Amino acid sequence: MTATISTTSVTPTWRRRRSARLSPLLVAFVLVPFAVESVWVFWPALQGFWFSLTRWDGMSPPAFVGTDNYVELAGDATFRGALVNTVIWLVLFGGLSVLGGFGMALVLQKERRGVGFYRAALFTPVVFSLVVTALVWRVFYQPDGIADTLLRAVGLEQLIRPWLADPQTALYAVILPALWRQIGYVMVLFLAGLKAIDPALHEAARMDGANSWQRLRHVTIPQLRGVNAVVLSVIVIDSLRSFDIVWSLTKGGPYHSSELLSTYMYSTAFQSLRLGYASAIAVVIFVLALAVILGYLVRAFREEA
Amino acid sequence: MNKLRTGAFHSGMILLSLLWLGPVIWVVVMSTRSFDDIAAHGVGSLPRSFTLDTYRQAWTDGGELRALINSMLVTVPSVALSLGLAAMAAFALSRFRIPGRRTILLLMLAGNLLPPQILLIPVAKFSELTGLYDTLWALIAVQVGFGLGFYTFVLHGFMRDLPGEIQEAATIDGAGTAQIFTKVMLPLTRPALAALGALSFTWIFNDLLWAITVLRTDDNMPVTPALLGLQGQFVSSWNVIAAGTVIAAVPTVAVFLRFQRHFVSGLALGAVK
Repeated sequence: MTATISTTSVTPTWRRRRSARLSPLLVAFVLVPFAVESVWVFWPALQGFWFSLTRWDGMSPPAFVGTDNYVELAGDATFRGALVNTVIWLVLFGGLSVLGGFGMALVLQKERRGVGFYRAALFTPVVFSLVVTALVWRVFYQPDGIADTLLRAVGLEQLIRPWLADPQTALYAVILPALWRQIGYVMVLFLAGLKAIDPALHEAARMDGANSWQRLRHVTIPQLRGVNAVVLSVIVIDSLRSFDIVWSLTKGGPYHSSELLSTYMYSTAFQSLRLGYASAIAVVIFVLALAVILGYLVRAFREEA
Repeated sequence: MNKLRTGAFHSGMILLSLLWLGPVIWVVVMSTRSFDDIAAHGVGSLPRSFTLDTYRQAWTDGGELRALINSMLVTVPSVALSLGLAAMAAFALSRFRIPGRRTILLLMLAGNLLPPQILLIPVAKFSELTGLYDTLWALIAVQVGFGLGFYTFVLHGFMRDLPGEIQEAATIDGAGTAQIFTKVMLPLTRPALAALGALSFTWIFNDLLWAITVLRTDDNMPVTPALLGLQGQFVSSWNVIAAGTVIAAVPTVAVFLRFQRHFVSGLALGAVK
C-alpha cells in the first residue's frame, strides 16, 4: 500500500523531466517494434472481437448481427463436441505431459553414465515440426503399420482397427504423438528448475530423517513453484493452440470425433467461409485462455516491479 | 542391490529411448526402401531393398527444393528482423526511464500470449487489403509481429540484469545511444540472442498455421505445409513421403545440433527467471 502511494507521488515529477530528455532514437526504438506488433497483433485482435458480432462471407462487407453467433454456438452440437474434446485434450495432453516430463526429469536429474544420451533421446522430437511428427506417426498407425505389426506379434490382433479413421480412437491416436513430442520439452523445463534447487535443502531434510518421498513432497515440489507456474501456463496455452498435429493427422475427423476448437475454428473460417461465426469460436478460445494469460502477466509484472 | 537398481534404470531407460527414437529411425529406414518392397511387405516390415531415388522424387517431383527455399526466405529474415526489433525495444525499455515502460512491455508480452485463432481472420483480410496475401512478405510480417512480444520480454530480462557501470563508462567516453546499443549492449546480450535465435528458427521453420492462413499457392508454401501437400501427391508412396519428412526435419535438427547448448538454455530461459 505504501509503495503505491509513494510511486504516485514521485513518478510525475521525474516523468516530466525525463520524457523531455528522451532522445528521438530511443522513442523510435520503442515505437517501431510496438507499431509492428500493433499492426499485426493488437489491431487484428480487436477486429476479431468485432467480427464475432457479424455475419460475414468474406466477399460482401460484414453485417452486424449482435450476439447471434454466440446464440448459435450454444446450440451447435459440433461446437459442443469440440469443446469437450478440447477439455479432454487439456487434461490428457496437459496432465500426462507434465507428469511424464516431471517424472523423466526426476529420473534423469542426477549426472551419471548414459543420462546425456537418454535426455537427448527424449528431447529429439522437440525439434521436429508437428507435421513431421504427424507423418512419423502415420506410419505407425497405417494398416499393417508398426502398431498393427506389434499387436500381431503379441497375439492381440483382435484389437487392430483403423486407428485414425475410427471415431472411437481418433482423438487418442492424435494425443499420443503430441505427448511424444511434448514430454521432452517439459522435461527440459523441469530439469532446469531442479538444477536451481539448493542441494543443502535436501541434505538438511535427509539429516532430519526424511525419506525420498517426503523430500520430494516437502522440498522438491515447493521449491519448483516458479517452474510449475510457467509449465502450467505453457501447457494450457499450448493445449488451446494445438492445431498442427490434429490438422495433419485427421483434420478433426472422422465425423468431428477429433475436432478441437482450434480446428473447428479454422475449417469454419477458411473452408465454410463463415468468418463471423468462426470469429465467435476464436473469442471462446480466447476467453478460455484468458485466466492463464492474466496469471502469467501478473507473475511477470511482479518480477518486473 | 545397487547393481540391480542400476541395471533396472538402464534397461528401463533404453526401452524408453527406443520408444522415442524408434519411430524416427523407422521413417529414415523406410525412406530408403523401394516402392515395390513396401507394396509387397507393408510399412511395418523390415527393409528388403535400398534406394535413394525416393529423395530425388521428393526433392524435384515433390517440390521440396522449392519449399525449402521458401522456408529459408521466410525464416532467416523473420528471425533477424524480430530479434533486431526486439533487442531495440528491450534496450530502450530496460536501460532508460521511458514513461510507461512496464505497461508497454507487458502489453507486448500479452500480444504473444493471445491464441492465434483470434488473429487468423483479421490477419488474412489485412494481408489481402495490403496486397500481401499469398506472398512470403505477409508470412514474414506476421511472424515478426507475433513473435516480437516474447523476444522483447526475454531480452529485457537479460539486459536489465547487465551491470549499469558499463553503460555509464561508455557514456562518459562520449558514446551516443546508438553506439552504446550496437557496440556495448548487443555484444553483451549475445548468449540470449543466440538462444532465442535457435529457438525462433525452429518455431518459424516449423510453423504450419500462419503459412496456410496467409498463403494459398502451392509454389509459395514453405516446407512444413508443403509436406502435407506431398502426402496428397504421393498418396501410397510411403517411401517418398518418408524421404520428404526427413528432408523437412534436417534443417531444424542441424540448427539444434549446432546450437545445442543455446537451444536448451533458451527453453529454460523463460522457466527459471
